[in-house]
Amino acid sequence: MTRFDNHRAHSRDVETSVFQYFVAAIFLWLLTGFWQLQVQNTEIYEERAEHNSVKALPIPAPRGRILDREGRVLVDNAPTFRVMLSRDAARFDSVPLIAEGLGIPNEQLESRLRELSGRGGPDYQQIILKDNLPLSEVAFLEAHREQLAELELIRSPRRRYPLNGMGAHVLGYVGEISKSELNLEEFVLHESGSEIGKAGLERRYNDFLDGKDGSRMVLVDSRSRRVRDLSRVEAVAGQSLRLTIDLDLQVVADLAMGERRGAVVALDPRNGEILAMTSKPEFDVNKFVGGVSAADWQDVTRDPDKPMLNRATQAQLAPGSIFKPFVALAGLMEGVIDKDFKVFCSGGASFYGRYFRCHRSAGHGWVNMEEALRDSCDVYFYNLGKELGIDRIAKYAELAGFGHKTGIDLPGEAEGIVPSSHWKLRFFRDKWYAGETISVSIGQGALTITPLQAAHAIGGLAMGGIWHQPHLIPQDEAARILPNYVQPEPKRANIERSEIDPIIRGMWDVVNEGGTGGRARLPGISVCGKTGSAQRISRSLAFENNDPRLLDDGWFVAFAPCEAPEIAVSVLFENGEHGSWAAPIARDVIKAYFDKQDRLRPPDRRRDELPVPARPRQETAFVGGRP
Amino acid sequence: MNEQFSWRDFDWTLLMAAVTISALGALEVYSATRSTPWQDVYLRQVLWVGIGLVLLWISSTIDYHWLVRQVPTFYVLTVGGLIAVLMFGPVINGSRRWLPLPGFANLQVSEFAKIMLVLLVARLFSDLPKGQLDFPTLAKAGLIFLVPLVLVVQQPDLSTSLSFLPILGVGVFLAGLPKKYIAVGLLGGALALPLAWTFFLDDYQKDRVTGFMNPEDDPRGKGYQAMQSKIAVGSGGIWGQGFASGTQTQLRFIPEAHTDFVFASYAEESGFVGVLIVLALYFGLLMRIVNNAQTAADPAGMQICMAVAALLLFQITVNIGMVVGKMPVTGMPLPLMSYGGSSTLTAFILLGLVNNVRIRRFTN
Repeated sequence: MTRFDNHRAHSRDVETSVFQYFVAAIFLWLLTGFWQLQVQNTEIYEERAEHNSVKALPIPAPRGRILDREGRVLVDNAPTFRVMLSRDAARFDSVPLIAEGLGIPNEQLESRLRELSGRGGPDYQQIILKDNLPLSEVAFLEAHREQLAELELIRSPRRRYPLNGMGAHVLGYVGEISKSELNLEEFVLHESGSEIGKAGLERRYNDFLDGKDGSRMVLVDSRSRRVRDLSRVEAVAGQSLRLTIDLDLQVVADLAMGERRGAVVALDPRNGEILAMTSKPEFDVNKFVGGVSAADWQDVTRDPDKPMLNRATQAQLAPGSIFKPFVALAGLMEGVIDKDFKVFCSGGASFYGRYFRCHRSAGHGWVNMEEALRDSCDVYFYNLGKELGIDRIAKYAELAGFGHKTGIDLPGEAEGIVPSSHWKLRFFRDKWYAGETISVSIGQGALTITPLQAAHAIGGLAMGGIWHQPHLIPQDEAARILPNYVQPEPKRANIERSEIDPIIRGMWDVVNEGGTGGRARLPGISVCGKTGSAQRISRSLAFENNDPRLLDDGWFVAFAPCEAPEIAVSVLFENGEHGSWAAPIARDVIKAYFDKQDRLRPPDRRRDELPVPARPRQETAFVGGRP
Repeated sequence: MNEQFSWRDFDWTLLMAAVTISALGALEVYSATRSTPWQDVYLRQVLWVGIGLVLLWISSTIDYHWLVRQVPTFYVLTVGGLIAVLMFGPVINGSRRWLPLPGFANLQVSEFAKIMLVLLVARLFSDLPKGQLDFPTLAKAGLIFLVPLVLVVQQPDLSTSLSFLPILGVGVFLAGLPKKYIAVGLLGGALALPLAWTFFLDDYQKDRVTGFMNPEDDPRGKGYQAMQSKIAVGSGGIWGQGFASGTQTQLRFIPEAHTDFVFASYAEESGFVGVLIVLALYFGLLMRIVNNAQTAADPAGMQICMAVAALLLFQITVNIGMVVGKMPVTGMPLPLMSYGGSSTLTAFILLGLVNNVRIRRFTN
């Protein structure tokens, strides 16, 4: 045996080459695995790898609270749970389970998912699936964490508004930004899915109230399960907003209106601060937070009482007799009449071939301006209006702020209409007929105003012709929060005290001297007021129709104290038939204002102990400026 | 025994393949750990490879015939070490696998046991009387193997203990097993499997296997690692995501990305092309070892080479099969690539033994 043969004999050539083939087979087998994963199905795994990545979870920032002028909380946040859905991990096969667990209808959820897949934006983005989860649903999510990894439970502060919709129209509400709102300039910094103020102050001061959401970048695996947090940016809470609203007055105004339709505006004529603003009927804002249900939305929008309308700034109605002080102002200022101007009222008068009735068919006899205001004599103002002509009436109406937005810091304010020859020409391509002036001079005709304008106008008149822009945020607060804020200059008219003296005294008589507004009388406080009963349609038509919605609107404007006004109030009582029914509402608000001040005084100086205030004397120099 | 051998006899091909694989492994260890608290481990891996090369040299120079004669001593030392591990080893991740050596690293005795077993097979099966295996020899070999095997199972370390079997298996295969034994063996194995499943395997080991069967719909994440590994490999595509830029690797979605699953990281970052290169290197390495077995001077040398080849093949198959989702997830390191001192040193010593046989292929 050669050495070579010997060597071959124990080398087991067959067995080792079998082993070689075996190695080759195994390597081929392994290689097919890589071929399948890396060459054939690479897209599947690349996509899965993408899911194996970063998920951005928001940390919702609480909005700033809204406080009344004394720092009492009007709008707050409550901690709630929110469930987010990651777009990329959303699966249709888990729809039934989610639907059952979260009480969302199957179809709604599916359409939501379909809508999602068509939306732009990064895949890791989360959308709000449901807000304000009850604890049972939180428990459901905790229990199904593994199966429903596409859902993420986060804590989120939720807006909480006063119960029963108090102040709803002023405060507004928040909700998810809509497609149309995304295109508005004021929301340019917001992206889809974010919560914005939809109405009222929530909208007007949205940028200020809105906090800055934080975020967590979370590493998730392909099943959307959290691996670990990568980074965390804390949320910055929105700033608190202090209002000029006085919660005490707001509550009183709300309660005083009760179930009546209408509005109350109370403001400080010395600076334009709104103390209370109520619109009735109101709506429960809390139902609107985090998405309103379709049924609730229909309830509100189809309600014939229009609860969404902020009547204080948006109702445009004929003022009726509360316009008379401004016609009187025009008469006095233009020198058309003097203080001794008198008219004989026989219950009506004929102008331009048409007979205009006074509200009192028996007539008022000879009346001067004070008496005409006290008794709301129409014939006096027909004559005065005829003498003035429409354009001079319009001039003073506009001076008092009618026909223009007051500029209050609420969205959607209405302007109202102050008719004039220019207005007629512009909107009707027609000349003004003198006969039309007669109706306007008692606050009817084409003239419309808002309750806010009424309070603003009468307050400025009481101040002796200084009209401050109404606002809901104190000046110092506004200067602090608004960039480039310039305090608006009040509108001033050169009016002598002696010139408006008959108007003030007439309005004092309305309340205190057997006039139409006796229900506004308060012991110890000199309240000046004026009622208004504005027709919605002609009186004859109203009788035929017998529709309660066609009854006259009751108005009342008032200010107090007459000598140095601190508060001006306007009340609109829709279909209240007569302004005297609106008077007690204004009285309650004024009483609340002075009661509050009274509490700060020693008992013997309280107003109840004081005699009924005297009628403003003609001789005293009444200075309408700041007290 | 102390005959001269020239540098030309040294198996440079084997060495180059091993060093290349090790270098790629160390790079991948760096890539997979660069954003972790243990980002320095690649340096240690480089150190282990360096020590491994020295040990390869040493294990090449000591004549393997002498080593085979010392097997009883090695056997006693190894079994003693394994018992010491069970007695004194610290519990890490639920098992005792390491023997703490003060001032040095922890020693994984079961890794070094493989070297002893390779030599043991050469001793048992190289000097058969009839040139063919008989039952008493087989039974004896089985019993001798069973002791360290059971000790390692007790740690528990299933994958390492399983890796002992190919050493024995290839030895038996080459020794020439009569066909009836093969039949009995297969039958016995088939019977033993369910028994082992019931009595031998821990729950975690069963979980590994069931998780492997259906990783996708496994809510408790038993197949999770397999899933993540497949995603990483698949997202590598043909050309890979590039060195140190695989998202799955860098964002640490791959479990054990620098140890057991280092090849998943590599596959993600180097792609199918990179996989081909490393598999070719491994294939070349194995073929080279088999070639050395075929040219070995005597049955003992052939047995040593083939046992090393079988062991490496088993480890490569189990590890890469696991990475690519074709094998269950086990704690099997990939020789030469995975981070780990004991397994790296063992691999180099085993290759040293192969080289040892090659150098002495003409002596008789």
